[in-house]
Amino acid sequence: MDVHQQPEEDRQAAELDPQLFRHEAGRMVVALTRLFGMHNLALAEDVVQDAFCRAIEVWKFKGVPANPSAWLMATAKHRAVDLLRRERTARTYEPELTRMIESEWTLVPTIHEVFSAHAIQDDQLRMMFSCCHPRLREDARVALVLHILCGFSVGEIAAAFVSGQAATEKRITRSKKVLAQSKKLFDVTAPGEFSARLPAVQRALYLLFNEGYHGASPETAVRAELCREAMRLTAMLLEHPLGKRPSTYALAALMDLHAARLPARVDAAGNLNSLLDQDRSQWDQRLVAEGVRLLEVSAKGSNVTEYHVEAAIAAVHARAKRMEDTEWGAIVALYDTLMKIRPSPIVALNRAIAVAQEEGPERGLEEIGLIPYRERLDGYPFYWAALGELELRRGGYEVAREHFGTATKLARNAMERRFLEQRVRACEGIKP
Amino acid sequence: MAEFLYLYRGGASPTSPAEGQAVMQKWMTWMKELGEKGHLKAVGSPLEKTGKLVSGGQKIVSDGPFAEAKDLIGGYTLVMAKDIDEAAELSKGCPIFEANGAVEVRPILQMNM
Repeated sequence: MDVHQQPEEDRQAAELDPQLFRHEAGRMVVALTRLFGMHNLALAEDVVQDAFCRAIEVWKFKGVPANPSAWLMATAKHRAVDLLRRERTARTYEPELTRMIESEWTLVPTIHEVFSAHAIQDDQLRMMFSCCHPRLREDARVALVLHILCGFSVGEIAAAFVSGQAATEKRITRSKKVLAQSKKLFDVTAPGEFSARLPAVQRALYLLFNEGYHGASPETAVRAELCREAMRLTAMLLEHPLGKRPSTYALAALMDLHAARLPARVDAAGNLNSLLDQDRSQWDQRLVAEGVRLLEVSAKGSNVTEYHVEAAIAAVHARAKRMEDTEWGAIVALYDTLMKIRPSPIVALNRAIAVAQEEGPERGLEEIGLIPYRERLDGYPFYWAALGELELRRGGYEVAREHFGTATKLARNAMERRFLEQRVRACEGIKP
Repeated sequence: MAEFLYLYRGGASPTSPAEGQAVMQKWMTWMKELGEKGHLKAVGSPLEKTGKLVSGGQKIVSDGPFAEAKDLIGGYTLVMAKDIDEAAELSKGCPIFEANGAVEVRPILQMNM
């Protein structure tokens, strides 16, 4: 394999895309899984690990080649050929490809075909659908997508979700066993099956994005990465003829419109800014425009999904040049719709906050009091923060301080804690 | 200036693609710095983890590896330094230590006429 031709004197730490290895890992795993069969996912992962170790060893000394992706793919192909020649009859492979693998005449062309750009693109989507298996819980689907398609290790997933390493490991191992029951990747050419599983896929991408946007990880960079991954996979879904649905456009719109606010969400010192206090000049207008465009495309269908409504809410915020210009009435109406499509105590809480903006803190508190299953919010720091904010606005400094105190104890990371502690101090500052 | 051989021994494999990329970039930065300071005689090469050992009067050929993983030589580099102390000091910048590996520093035997 001599893809690598670079004079030693020219060696320099080339500017690599920081996600290159992760993304290539996902691409290689799907290509190899397509070749070996879903039941040999672990084997595919071993081959990828091996290809990376070799690449790292060589590049350490010789520098990154001009086309690192091609180099990695060539290494993975090479290892796959070796392995299949050695173990051709020792295992069962992908049912459709077994015959091709068994003959020396077709082995290499088959591997080239499986590793072609269009095949990998297709197989990534197939894997995304495989990961959203109906027998898996929603959080397990998200973890699998991150692990297999985005190249996150178990440790990195555990860190991103602030969950235990052992528990995460167990969940992923168990989920892979469910996947392994099928030898093939999900068939994305059958419209019926595609439509049946699409909502689960969209939901997984939505949850992945949310984990990045609202999640508990203390690392802002990790969270932005989760958002980016969700956006990348959604774009992939939009490229498939069957994936191009109004609901997918709406999902993409809501991601863009939220991601537009990311730069203003955390300031340079790593402090959280609430939507109301953000410097709106920092919002990414390119993403706002793209989100608005996608939202318009999404309006073509007759079916209104939660993604449509959430994107529309984000669009109302994006339209307001200043916080005072926000059309809160429109937002309350959209939350009413959302409560019909996908009711939850969090949605109800956000609705109550919008009511408070429109009609005053008393009304907001009244609405919070009416939230069904309100006790489910007890562990959510921003529920207590909302109560504190509204009490503060109507002059209940003592009660407000208590609520913010409760919220602070529930904070999931240092950034949230700093933000909430600052609110506690705000109550003390204006105490008469 | 004298020549020294760095033998890289052991070192854990990265546990994720992102970590692997970070490790690789640290190595490249380190090598680049050695070069810029005029200490790099030859970048050297990584070595396969397997091989053959031919030994004894009978020239018996046996399969490697020949050491435990933690002692296995993964690659080598030829450096220039004032003396062995400087060569050892320079090796401390090697990212292999973050992966629990080691650098063996060996002076190249010079012909002193």
